[in-house]
Amino acid sequence: MTVTPMELTGTNPKPRRRVERRTTPRTRGRIPMNVVLALLMVYFLIPFWWLIVNSSKSSAGLFGGGSALWFSDDIDYIGNLVELFTYSGGIYARWLANSALYAIAGGVGATVLAVLAGYGFAKYSFTGRRAAFAILLGAVMIPTTALVIPTFVLFAQVGWTNTIWAVIFPSLLNPFGVYLMNVYARDAVPDELLDAARVDGAGEFRTFLQVALPLLRPAIVTVVLLSVVASWNNYFLPLVMLSDNRLYPVTVGIGLWQSTASTYGAAGGQSLWSIIILGALVSVIPLIIAFLGLQKYWQGGLSIGSLK
Amino acid sequence: MTTSTATPAKAKHRRSTTRRQNLYGWLFVGPFGIVFLALLVLPIGFALYLSLFQKSLIGGTRFVLFGNYVKAFTDPSFLDGMWFVIRFSLVLIPLQMAISLAVALILDIVITRFARFSRLMIFMPYAIPTVIGALMWGFLYSDNFGPLAEIFESFGMQAPDFLSSSLIFYGLLNIVTWQWVGYYMIILFAALQGIDPTLYEAARIDGASQWQIVLRIKIPLLSPALLLILVFALIGTLQFFNEPQILQQLAAGAIPNDFTPNMYAYQQAFSLANYNYGSAISFALGAVVFLCVYIFLFATRKRGSFFS
Repeated sequence: MTVTPMELTGTNPKPRRRVERRTTPRTRGRIPMNVVLALLMVYFLIPFWWLIVNSSKSSAGLFGGGSALWFSDDIDYIGNLVELFTYSGGIYARWLANSALYAIAGGVGATVLAVLAGYGFAKYSFTGRRAAFAILLGAVMIPTTALVIPTFVLFAQVGWTNTIWAVIFPSLLNPFGVYLMNVYARDAVPDELLDAARVDGAGEFRTFLQVALPLLRPAIVTVVLLSVVASWNNYFLPLVMLSDNRLYPVTVGIGLWQSTASTYGAAGGQSLWSIIILGALVSVIPLIIAFLGLQKYWQGGLSIGSLK
Repeated sequence: MTTSTATPAKAKHRRSTTRRQNLYGWLFVGPFGIVFLALLVLPIGFALYLSLFQKSLIGGTRFVLFGNYVKAFTDPSFLDGMWFVIRFSLVLIPLQMAISLAVALILDIVITRFARFSRLMIFMPYAIPTVIGALMWGFLYSDNFGPLAEIFESFGMQAPDFLSSSLIFYGLLNIVTWQWVGYYMIILFAALQGIDPTLYEAARIDGASQWQIVLRIKIPLLSPALLLILVFALIGTLQFFNEPQILQQLAAGAIPNDFTPNMYAYQQAFSLANYNYGSAISFALGAVVFLCVYIFLFATRKRGSFFS
């Protein structure tokens, strides 16, 4: 697809979502499609339903042989919540806080770097730009986990392993975010507008902050979301880097509980299973809320980079 | 900005413009560049260096040049793991793409509140950490907690055990599909919304059916987005780790420590403290992924997208 001419107003140059303008309201053939959608929804929601139902059960209810997809007689969310947040000295709350810290520090940091670099690549023709950008594109293809073990050994040399920095620093690297920002900035920030600001006497950084940044907002929200989700969901990196369980994010923490409970077998680990289930449910709530709340931003933004 | 005349004043102006472009370009790209060097180039270089040595109980660490790579590419554990992830990708990626494409196309046609709601629900698993996703499905598969036994017994059948070594492939296939289809669907859906609707009207006037519009207009215009998804899925699947690692405890015996190359590298580095060989495996895996993706993109370059 070719680059569309720029509007000087600098509004989002991507085609806006099409308004409902179907001329032929064909109802025939829609019913099967709706049935398909309904079945898919059941499939995609079943694990959530299972979590919601089973986190209400006590260990007795969980292993009591009742239906796995329906509530047992005693619904005890409160009791399980109290147990979850007091188990092992309330370590679960700490894990949640760690996850939030890693996700926000890593995600926001990665976004700041990506916005600056993406804008730099898009709007300045500096020496070495083409080579640097080619290297960046190559880096998008490097699997992140392949870097984890080498980074661990490297950090071990300087004593950084088992600190929060060991998780935050590697999360700052987001070549794909730079690529997205570059693609977006190329179209969304007209050169004419930047030149006008320069003629008016604004410095390069002021031009960036006051002219370019507001135009980049949709892409920034998308990159923030993608990076925050990637950090929040990360498992391999913290698993490798951290040995002190008070520094764990919630993913590694629940993984630990799960392996402990499995080692003791279904019988021995009974009390642990009910808090694992509720712990899993509680840990997914923040991101679900974030996604529902920020819908109008990410739904359009995720297509950046796939239109070209 | 093209200045072609050669008056001294203009030449001077051009030089200062070039200098400014260089200075500010690098200032914007610089912070990311530093992170890139420190957390990507340095670890890769270090991994390469480490991988050239071998540690043994007698004789300490010695230089073996490519000895570790010769060992890796003749090591049945590494090769079987590689073969598994390749087989898994070959089944998974077409499946994921077909489902996400079908759903995106349906959602592009059916515009109801129900369809909008289902779009959001199908996307939801993306917000779930892969660890929690694997855990949830592990519960659903398990004898103790899952509904499978219940459902199948009501039909007088034996429930399939997705955690057994014969069915674990499909168990994992289902989990990864569930986790990522929604995300891919949103990318495709957003790309579909970006297509100019007058194309459809023109096609309809020419007598094209709904199917012809899908096959001749929508899918061809989606090819950059499909390519992007394919590359993401390939990179993600070849470094498979989280799901099998989490299910390992639940699926007794079905998932050995060398199930995927990444699990094998993790085991070598952290269970056996063999960082040299672990680094070699990481590096070899990274190189294989990079080459696969690069060759693939090169082969499809004409369609133009990522490298344009």
